[in-house]
Order: sequence, then C-alpha cells, then structure tokens
Amino acid sequence: MAEITLIDALRQAMDEELARDDQVFIMGEDVGVRGGVFRATMGLYEKYGPQRVIDTPLAELSIAGVGIGAALYGMRPICEIQFGDFIYPAINQIVSEAAKMCYRSNGEWTVPLVIRAPYGGGIGGGLYHSQSVEAFFTHVPGLKVVIPSNPYDAKGLLKSAVRDNNPILFFEPKKGYRLIRGEVPEGEYTVPIGPANISRPGTDVSVFTYGMMHYYALQAAEQVAAEGISAEVVDLRTLYPVDRATILASVRKTGKALIVHEDNLTGGYGAEVAATIASDAFPDLDAPVRRLCGPDVPAVPFSHPLQDWFMLDPEKIAGAIRSLARY
Amino acid sequence: MSTNIIMPKLGESVIEGTVTKWLKQEGEQIQEMDALVEINTDKVDTEIPSPASGTLLKIMVPEGATVSAGALLAVIGSPGEVPDNVHSPAMITQVTIPPEAGAATRPVSAVSGSRPLGFISPVVAKLAHENNLDLSQVQGSGEGGRITKKDVLAYLETRQVVNPAPEPAAWETPGDGELFRPPEIQFAGGIPGKLNLTRPVAPPAAGPAPAAALPGDVLKPFSPARKIIAERMSASKHSSPHVTTVMEADLKLVVAHREANKAAFERDGFHLTFSAYFVAACAAAIKAFPDVNSSWSAEGLVLHRPINIGLAVSLGEESLIVPVIKGADGLSLLGIARAINDLAERARSQRLLPDEVHGSTFTITNHGISGSLFATPIINQPNCAILGVGAIQKRPVVIDDAIAIRPMVYLGLTFDHRILDGAIADGFLSKVVEVLENWI
Repeated sequence: MAEITLIDALRQAMDEELARDDQVFIMGEDVGVRGGVFRATMGLYEKYGPQRVIDTPLAELSIAGVGIGAALYGMRPICEIQFGDFIYPAINQIVSEAAKMCYRSNGEWTVPLVIRAPYGGGIGGGLYHSQSVEAFFTHVPGLKVVIPSNPYDAKGLLKSAVRDNNPILFFEPKKGYRLIRGEVPEGEYTVPIGPANISRPGTDVSVFTYGMMHYYALQAAEQVAAEGISAEVVDLRTLYPVDRATILASVRKTGKALIVHEDNLTGGYGAEVAATIASDAFPDLDAPVRRLCGPDVPAVPFSHPLQDWFMLDPEKIAGAIRSLARY
Repeated sequence: MSTNIIMPKLGESVIEGTVTKWLKQEGEQIQEMDALVEINTDKVDTEIPSPASGTLLKIMVPEGATVSAGALLAVIGSPGEVPDNVHSPAMITQVTIPPEAGAATRPVSAVSGSRPLGFISPVVAKLAHENNLDLSQVQGSGEGGRITKKDVLAYLETRQVVNPAPEPAAWETPGDGELFRPPEIQFAGGIPGKLNLTRPVAPPAAGPAPAAALPGDVLKPFSPARKIIAERMSASKHSSPHVTTVMEADLKLVVAHREANKAAFERDGFHLTFSAYFVAACAAAIKAFPDVNSSWSAEGLVLHRPINIGLAVSLGEESLIVPVIKGADGLSLLGIARAINDLAERARSQRLLPDEVHGSTFTITNHGISGSLFATPIINQPNCAILGVGAIQKRPVVIDDAIAIRPMVYLGLTFDHRILDGAIADGFLSKVVEVLENWI
C-alpha cells in the first residue's frame, strides 16, 4: 500500500471521480492553471480540460451560487473555497438556498454539491488564513459537514461526498495537508459519511475530536499510555449529522469525555457534543464533560509565539487527558 | 510555594493507613528527609520522610485518623505562608481512639453514613444502586478521595473474589447428623402418591455476574416460573425483617384421631392428611391472635377479616404454588381435608383458578414431608407470618419426669418483625401447639 499525504489523497479522490462521472467538475479560484494554491488540483486541468476544471473570479458567493445552479441541473460540482476564512460571502447561498432546496421543493430538487475548503491555523496564516468555520454549518439542517483527519478517510470521504445527493461542506485541516501521511489502498473504495471512527480504543477517558486535533490526540494518547492512562480516541469525521451512537457508547465505557477542537471554545462544535453527552449519557458519567478548545480570541494571531499559544498541541491535549483521568 | 505531603501507597494493595504519631509539630522547621510522621498499616509502622525542607505549616490529619492513599497529610512551606489548599481536607475514613486514652475504650469503627463520601458521580450512584452497594465500603482513588467508577468496579470484583468459601454442608461434617439434608438428595426418587410440599428456600443473593466459569459448567437458563420465584423470595426478604421462632408439638392425640378417622374419610372419597390438622390449628390460633391475620401497609396495619390459609405446594423443580383455603375458620376438619385434597390435586394437574392462588392471609409450608426437621421459611407476601411444619418423628420426651416416646413435630413460625414482636408470635405459636396437643 502506498503512503501518501493528505493533499495527495484529496487529489486522487477528485481525479477518480472526474474520471468516473462526466457530470463531476471542479470550480474555484486558482484550481485550474495554477493547480490550486495548495496543489490540491495539480494536473487535473491538464488531464480533464477547462470545461471540467474551471478557474473562477475572486467571488465566493458566485462560486457557491453557480455550483448550486449546476447541481440543480443534475451536475455534480466540487466547489473550492480557497480558504475557509473566505466562505462568509457564500453563506447566504449555502444556508438559504442549498440547504433548503430539497425541503422547500418537497424532495423534487436536490443539490448534489460539495464545497471544499481548507480550514484551521498553525501555518502562520494570521487572521484570514487560519479560521475554523465548521461551527457555522453544523447548525444547518439540510447540509452535511465532513472533516477528514487522515489520507485514507480524506480520499474515501471525498468520493462519498461527491456521490451524495446533499450539499456537503468538506473542510480539510490545512496544517495537515503535507504533515499527515498515511496508507491508502490501490483501487476503488469509499468511506461512508456518518459513522465516526474509534481510531484508538481505550478504557479511561474518551477523546472526541476531528481534523488536525485528531492527529495530535493520537500522539497525546500515546504519551499518556506510558503513564498508565488508556485514552480512547474517537475521530468524529462527520460532524453533521454526528454519530451519536458511537459517542454515547464510548462514554458509557469510560465515563469520562474530553472534546478537543481548535475552533474557539464558546459556541464551537464541541458544545453540541458536550450537550448531547450530558443529556443522553448522564447516568454513565464519572466526571464532568470537558472541552479543550481554541481560546475565545477574535483570531489566530499572526505572531508566531502567540499563534503557538492559541493552537492546541499534543502536550496540551495530554494534560487535559491526564487531568480528566485523575478526577 | 507550599509543598503538600501526600499519604503514600505503602504497598501493592495497601490503600489506607492510620496516622499514629506526628514526629514534628506545626511551626517546626524541617529538613528534607527528616522523619515527619508515623503511619500504621495492618499493624506495621512506617515512617514517612519529608519530601522538602521548610516549616510544617499545617497538619491536616490528626493522630488516630485513618486516611486513604493520596490524601493530604500536611503542608510544608515558608514560615507565615498560607497553604494554598487548606480548604480540601483529607478524606478521613475512620477515627480510632488510641488505647492509652482510656482503659476500656475500644476503637470506634466508621459506621456507614458517617464517613464523608465526597462527590458521587452519576455512574457511581447507578452502579451502587444496581448492586445494592454501601458506598462507605468503597475506597476512593479519585481527586480528593472521590469514589470513581473504577473504584466501584474494582470493589465489586474483589467482593466476589473474597466471598468466603461456602461452609461444608452440615451432613458432610462428621457427627452432625442429617439436619437439612436437601430433599433432592434424601428422596432422589421422589415420593410417589404423596402431597409433596417443599419449604421455600432463600435464593442466592442478587448481585453481579458470577466469577469466571469452571470447566464443565453448563448454563441452564431460568424458566419464567423460576424467575418469578426468585424475584418474590428476594423481595419478601428485602421488605420484611424475618424472625423465626420454633416450638415443638406432641402429636399423640392428632395421630390417634387420624388413625381413628382415616378410614371413614377414605370412604368419603379423600385422604385425611396431617396438613388438615395444622390448617385447623392455625385457624383457631388466628382467632385468638387476630393481629397475625394482617398485612403491612405504609398507612398502618391492615387487619383481614377472612382467614384464608395458603398451603405451599411444590410442582416439581420448576414451580412452587400456594393454593388458598378460603374461610378456613368456618370449615370443619372434614371440610378442610376435602379442600386440601381438591386444591392439591388441581394444583398438580395445573387446573387451579387464579382466585384460588390469591388472597391468602396466612401460609403453611409442610417442609417436613421431604425430611426437614425445622426450617426458617420465607414469608409469602403480603402475609405477616408463615408456619413451617417439620417432619413428624417419634422422639423420646420427658413427661412427668419419665421418658415417653411421642410423635413430635417442630413448628417454625417466621414472622414479619415490623408487625409482630416475639411475645405475640410466641403466643400464637403456643396456641397452635396447644390446639394440636389437645386434639379431640
């Protein structure tokens, strides 16, 4: 099995879907000739031509809107928003049009659209190239929100997203694009949207996380294992609709839940998971449900030392696991 | 920055210790490695050295107190410094009065409820409830001595493991005779044609799943009837405080009466069993002690008017049923005998009506039929008492300072001590004995 990076896995998924179905196409800023600012679409313009890999103007609202229109006609667009930070102009199209189309047409119209965007900090991006935006969309029925944490899931989930008839927000941890490597099998496979993955079974503390933080959580779990703490790491993968069953079963097992994400604490996606656990796993709890998240600060700082202060890392996660295990 | 002196774990399985003597006083200067305090665990005394130099700011645990490993014993710091966690006192599990304090004082062990348990998390509360657990028995290893889920699970495991091995059966101990030999052993082939009444036996205490299976174990799932019996027996024991009082009755006159009348009853089409006499005697005794014909309720004692006597009947291994003789006090011996025959026969052929197994106000169990001499039967709720009738055996007894051979029977009356006291129970049982011993 080949070991590839997260960005390679995403590119392979798009390549394979473009080859499989001629209704699939890519549109976004710099995706064609440039091959994407992160090289996510490198080589695809040359392979499939300008009709299938479309360079758009700097106009996120239209990227989403045109994508929605194309999807309504039965095409399967993969729209790229160059940085999650830029998605806000497109929110009206996404929330008021894409999310509601199926409901409002009583199932007659669907929007089989994927909107991909890199998210997250830790790459010196500063205020407008580091934001986590998933919390805005995990709140909207009619959308799905998917965040892979490793190459195998990234490829399989992106393929599933393209084939899904719903509008899907597919956020990719940009810090992990080249940092996270993993084995990906040859041949066709998909990963289902919905189920979470218990990437590391354990008995003392459940750690619910996704994206870059999942990568760090695995390292933290390894660290604390040496101290005799058995942490169960659960990669949520699909944030909306979330795999409640796996979450509750894990809490039933360990009695202690720690939710980790790099987005700001207050109103972040972790609050939803915490509320679900508190309300539906209450009799199984042996400790308060804790969240380890980005601080409630308006942005990821540009200054490196401050960025490091903002960002979570394996040590901070290990500390939180230890503290909860000790409770 | 103050240093906390934490109670160490002084051995693999040692989780608590008693502070026997502080070797330094509050305010005293201490060097690192100075002996600080003496701890006693299982009669072994250990000295704990100080992990830091400084002033002993505060002693958190007094001499004589027992604390768990991890508890805060003392704080060391700079003179005048306020220790930062004086507000979280050690979890003192037990306070013992040192022997020198008083000649006759004995150590006062913690009673359940007097030990502060700390925060009980939802899952700990759930596990405690499910397993009928007294949490004061569980050591806490969490923060501040909190009882964690793991602590409860570990305790439940050891509770099974340290359960004492079952005592050898009485008949297996030389010289103890054949008391309580189970009927299935004594009467392995069954007792054909006889009314086979077995005594209700207390089931094993409900608790966590048994320890690892042994080779050759076979799992026999419980029948619905068995499950109900198990539930009812447990429930009865859990609600009523059971006390059994035993007397013996000389059945010479009863035996004589039965011999004289057996044939006549057979002619009328049914057997005259000893049970009929016991039912009659109980009915008469209940009239003299009406409080025995009652049921407990939260509002007060419910005294029943009709005297409905249930007779426990065994339908083999799988079932125990209690048909009821309604209005036993209004029946003659003939009427009672007839009712017993009818009910027992229909019980065995499973043709009893629902009404016929409900509404008892008193129950008799004839465990003597299977060889038992006396027993401590379980009350058939919502009755307030049950009479166990043992095997009728000829025994030498002393009458007027001479030895006579009499057919004797032990009568064991288990009563609900919420409702009855020994005096009334004994009064009732004496009356039963009196009726039997003076049968005409």
